[in-house]
Formats: sequence, structure tokens, C-alpha cells
Amino acid sequence: MADIPDITIEVTNLVKSYGALTAVNNLSFTVKRGEIVGLLGPNGAGKSTTMRILTGYLPANSGSVRICGLPVASHPEATKRHVGYMPENNPLPEDMRVSEYLWFRGRLKEMPRAKLRARIDEVLELCDLKRNRHRILGRLSKGNKQRVGIAEAILAEPAVIIMDEPTIGLDPHQILIVRNLIANLRGRMSVIISSHILPEIEETCDRVLIINGGRIVAQGSPADLRHEIFGHTTYHAEIAGDPAGLAALLPDIEPTLRIVTQEPAAPDGFHAVTLMTDLQADLGEKILQSLPAAGYRVRALGRTQPSLEDVFLAATRRSWDARLPDKKELQGDSRAPLPKV
Amino acid sequence: MRHYFTILSHEIRALLYNPSTYIAAVLFLLVMGFIFVGILGDYSKAAQETPPAARFFEAFFVPVFFMVPLLTMKCFAEERRLGTLETLLTTPVSTAEVVLGKFTAAYLFYMLLWGSTLGFHYILHLYAQDIRYLDSGPLIGGYLFIAVSGLLFISIGVLASAVTRSQAVAGILSFTILLGLIGGLSYVSELNALNQGAFLPVKSALETLRIPSHVDDFTHGIVDTRQVFFYLTGSILALIFSILGVEAKILNS
Repeated sequence: MADIPDITIEVTNLVKSYGALTAVNNLSFTVKRGEIVGLLGPNGAGKSTTMRILTGYLPANSGSVRICGLPVASHPEATKRHVGYMPENNPLPEDMRVSEYLWFRGRLKEMPRAKLRARIDEVLELCDLKRNRHRILGRLSKGNKQRVGIAEAILAEPAVIIMDEPTIGLDPHQILIVRNLIANLRGRMSVIISSHILPEIEETCDRVLIINGGRIVAQGSPADLRHEIFGHTTYHAEIAGDPAGLAALLPDIEPTLRIVTQEPAAPDGFHAVTLMTDLQADLGEKILQSLPAAGYRVRALGRTQPSLEDVFLAATRRSWDARLPDKKELQGDSRAPLPKV
Repeated sequence: MRHYFTILSHEIRALLYNPSTYIAAVLFLLVMGFIFVGILGDYSKAAQETPPAARFFEAFFVPVFFMVPLLTMKCFAEERRLGTLETLLTTPVSTAEVVLGKFTAAYLFYMLLWGSTLGFHYILHLYAQDIRYLDSGPLIGGYLFIAVSGLLFISIGVLASAVTRSQAVAGILSFTILLGLIGGLSYVSELNALNQGAFLPVKSALETLRIPSHVDDFTHGIVDTRQVFFYLTGSILALIFSILGVEAKILNS
């Protein structure tokens, strides 16, 4: 592709409502070239709607979307040239063969014939579909169909690839393959994935946007999000020694280090403690040095961080309980609130 | 407009490898063959005034009623249901190219089916050994009528498919509209309500639009450009509405 600008996707104040229901409520975000962004959100949060608006399929009610600098609403064909899209449930025509389908899609995306032939071979190799190139799409297994969908999305080497739930329904092997495929695209194309499979998003994405009720409730890299939502790191240790004196010792190691739980001592003298600190940096070495120096024997030390699932649950619950700080008026009703968990 | 040819060639290829195309063609020829034989039966009993070709085209509404809805109902309705319309419209094609491509493919198939009935006349000529049976006048006029009216009928079928998700609804809708067009205009033009002075222009307009009378005109060699104009503008209108309908359904989904 020719010159791809640094910011490939720019969404500003996007609003989309279906009648009285506001599916996307003043959404704004940007995506840089080569970044892999994950869109997380409960069902009905507005992820698919946002993706459809980005591809130019659905028109929005207000706001602007720019793909590679061009507004999608006024330049539909130019922006669609920069987008590769795989919708939810990966719809494919049943009667065509894999290579025929890729040829058709490539011609629709205006690839010249000679280049297309070579590119189809390349893409089939990349997605490990060479054995299946003459099989009929309706007869393929689900994993192979997903691979065809991804092959089709990357076929024209677009600047932006948008995939709605690419790993849904796949077995662990296939998920790994898809995950590697997506990771290979980093640096060259901007990729937006939406998924419910949180470990997936944690592994592949550079940045995560958590959407709820049509608004972004949290955004940042997975590490930043953990820190922002939870703001602490937890250490588990198994130590033997004076349980009572531990609390006094901790502030010397680090001011915000404190005991969360302390198990009673097991027969062999060791007990498990959970410590928490607000510091992001790794305290493992300091703890391992200071505890034995104070007379404790340390058998195990581990650092646990809240998983993205915890972040997700906390972030999406947060917006049900408390409205966002800017207290903007909702245009129309957002989804009816779920019962408080 | 180059995507139009991509879509057209894709649709034609789809028609060629789909077994239902050939089944439909065989059944069509079966039905038309029976009709033709029935017409010839009349000729063997008593001499008729009109050539068999002209009588044959008077039964044009049979394939229109049962073939056009079946050819066109899956155009958009099936793609909507499968979800492939979404993937199609997110490529740099315009809705107009998609509609026109599908329309052209359906129209070409319709013309191919009718073209294969030329064989009937040739077989008749071969066995009757009488040059009068291959009379070019009614044949050219009749097939011209089929070509021109086919534009309108197929575009109505595409319109019906473009406005719904369900193939059944699309089929029934196009059948109903075609029935209303072919049979209904004659009925409406004869209503007594239209005998009042103010409605006389409407009544005369409706009388010229009676499609069965067009068949007679064409097979007798009268090519009335007003009638051709009616079909052309009707099909253009239906296609414009199809394009708008596809976009409107997305807007209001």
C-alpha cells in the first residue's frame, strides 16, 4: 500500500442510535499504524455497531470517523479500499471454492489480476490453507472457515483490519494459530479485534478499549489498565517466622506495602501471607533480601496481577454503579441497567 | 463501474455451477413444450388465422409468473440472511453496481431460457416441412417483446428481493406485483369508476398499458415505441427503487 499515515483510525464523538436506543454514545478514540487494539465489552455494548460504522457499512447519527485521514461518510469507496473486514460469525457463500472466493474478493478490492494470483498463493500459505484451496466453503470446518475469513481480510494488504470476534467457537489449537496470524500483522497494519476471550486480548493486543453502554469506560495497554483500575500489585509469600512482627517490618521495605491476609502457621512452620502494594515496580528482590535479613525464612514468593478479566468486570460494573465523571447527558436511553452484582 | 463486471461474472459463474439452474431450465422447457404442443393440437383440428408463433407468445405470462419470482427471489434476500451482503458492501463497490450486476445476470438467464424455446419453432419447421411455420415476423416481434418486457419483470423481481430478508416474501411479492401488472391493469381500466370525465385520460392511459394487448401488437409486427418506453422506464424505476431499498434497509436495521 502507498503512504499510510501515522494515525490510521480517528473516531470523534461518534453517536449511533437505533430509534430510542443509543447503541454508541459519544465514542472517541484513535488507532495508530501497526497497533493491535482490542475492543472489549459485554454483549450489546456497541462493539459490532462501532465496527460496522468504521467499515462504512452503517451510517452514524453524528460524529466523524476518519480512516487514513479520509472521512468515511463522504468518501465511502476510498476508505473501503483501506479496510479489510471480517464480520461476526464470518459469513461465507456456501457454494464457492476457497480459491474462487479469494479471487472474487480480490477483484472486488481492485487488485490487478497478476498480482492477485501471487497474493492468493501467499495468503493461503500464511493461513495454512494450501491443502484446502479447492474445497467448497460450505464443507469446511469452522476453524478453516475462520482462516478463510482472515485470509480474505488481509488479502489486499489494507491499512486497517477489523475483525469481529475472530476466535469465537475455535478449539485451542486453532485459537493459537489465529492469535499468531494476528500477531504477525503488528507493525504493518492496524488491527482492531473485538472479543470476549480475555486472555486472547491480553496476549495479542497492544491496547485495550473497554466499552460499555456505548461509551468507553477504560482504555490503555493491559498493564496500564490493571494499574488504573486496581492500582496495586499483590505478592504471595510463604514464610516462617514471627507472624506478629511482619506488619512492622513491611513499611521499611516499601511505604505502601501492607498485609492483606495471613494464614495460620502450618505444622512445618510456614504460613502463607498476601501482601499488597501500590507500587508498580517489582518489589520481589527487595522482599527476598529484607525478609531473611529480619530473621524470616522464605520458601516461595510470587507476584500476582489482576487479570484482564478482573479489570473487565470491575470496569464494566463501575459504569453501572456510577455515572462517568463528566456527567454528560445521555441522548436517548442507553441499555437498561443490569441487576447489580 | 468496473466492479459491475466482476459482480456480473461472479453471478454468471454462480448460475453455471449451481445445479438448480439446469433443473429450472429443464422444467421450464418441459412446461413450455407442453404449451406449444397444446397449441399445435388446435392447429391439427382446424385451420387458424394466426401463426403458431403468435399463439405461443400469448402464453408468455406462464413463465413470467412462475420463473421470474424463482429466478430473482434469492438475489438479495439470501445474501441478507447469510450475512454476505455485509461483506459485499464493505468492499469499494457501490450499491448500484451490485444491484445492476445481479439484475443483468438474472436477465441474461431469463433470455437464455426463452432463447432455448427457439428450438420449438425449428423442430416444427423441420417436421412440418412448411416454410410458413418459420415465419420470421411473429418470431422476431414475439422475442423482441419478451426481451423488452423481461427488463421490467426481472427488475420487479429484483426490487421485491431487495426489500426483504425472506426469500419466500420476495417470491410472493414479485408474483403479486407481476399479477397486478399483467392481469390487474386490464381489470382496473375496465372499472366503471373511471368512466367519469375527469378520469378519462387515466382510463385511456391504462388501456394502452394493457400488457396482453402489447403481445398482440408485437407479434403482428407493430413495435409501438410508447410501449417500449413503458417497459424501459418501468425497469429503470424499479432498479432505482431497488438501490434505494437496499440502502434503506441498512439504514433502518
